[in-house]
Amino acid sequence: MNLLTLDSVRPGDVLPVLRYDVTATTVVLGALASRDTRPMHHDYDFAVNRNGTRDIFLNTPNQAAWFERYLTDWSGPYGRLGRMKFRMLGSVFPGDTMVLAGTVEHVEDDTTGCGWATVLVRLTVDDDLKTDCTARIALPVGAGDNPWARRGDQWVP
Amino acid sequence: MTDTSTLPPSVEALIDQVQYEETGEFPVERGYIWTSCASVENGNPLFWDDATAAEVTNGPIAPPTMLSVWFRPHHWAPGRTQQALPLQVHFDLKELFELPEAIMSDNTIVFHEPVRPGDVLRTRQILRSVSEPKTTKLGTGRFWVIDVEYVNQRDELVGVESYTGFGYRRGEV
Repeated sequence: MNLLTLDSVRPGDVLPVLRYDVTATTVVLGALASRDTRPMHHDYDFAVNRNGTRDIFLNTPNQAAWFERYLTDWSGPYGRLGRMKFRMLGSVFPGDTMVLAGTVEHVEDDTTGCGWATVLVRLTVDDDLKTDCTARIALPVGAGDNPWARRGDQWVP
Repeated sequence: MTDTSTLPPSVEALIDQVQYEETGEFPVERGYIWTSCASVENGNPLFWDDATAAEVTNGPIAPPTMLSVWFRPHHWAPGRTQQALPLQVHFDLKELFELPEAIMSDNTIVFHEPVRPGDVLRTRQILRSVSEPKTTKLGTGRFWVIDVEYVNQRDELVGVESYTGFGYRRGEV
């Protein structure tokens, strides 16, 4: 089991890159998994002729799920997401190879002693930025610490 | 963001008001958790291995980013005469401003108590702001910010989502 602790993380650290070939199945499965039946995520004709996009495209909750998977691949299961902000600048379509690349921007202990890493993740297609995401993820400050055990005023995301 | 002088009184009256307090239509369940993990090939053992979940999170939890999943209404249900829509405030604004198209541009999610299988969540929507008319490459319309707060059956806050939407009409660029 991967167990990343805060003392092994530094600002500027680069996360392993994730590349993924997006298909229509990726888009439709992502919409289905997030219970999103809006037609632009499964109906090519609607997406193109009504929305004016190139094809069906990844929905917002599924993009969030991709970012979560990317971050916890790095952190391991003790990594606990506190906050995630993302801005979608362009859509991700079938046929695209999306690339997720992350960099640690900031590392801190908060006033409760919880350890945090702030990570900037860029989702690009052919080097074109589609979504940028800033995530604040709690990491154990050392062996024996578990961010998931924090509750109430000990959890300040 | 809000310049209330440009807003119809009916919209201005909605700013910061709690709307659509609802209870999820079904308890949080693992089938959807696994479907979601499969959709992004998320192998985090928290969601697949009960021993890890017991050790780390005192039992199974849902991926935090699935928050909105537990509130998307069934596509159909007996007796329902109109399609129920998630994030109803967003669709209300489209109708109020007569803007046929809309996208979400920004999304912020803050995660609090973990969501667990069996939880029944409640939610409420709060319109925070509406912009003056704007023109983008998509068309002309307005941006708005809607907060969605989620609590569990013990009234513990499990998360807050903040959406920025852009409702627009094409062909007016």
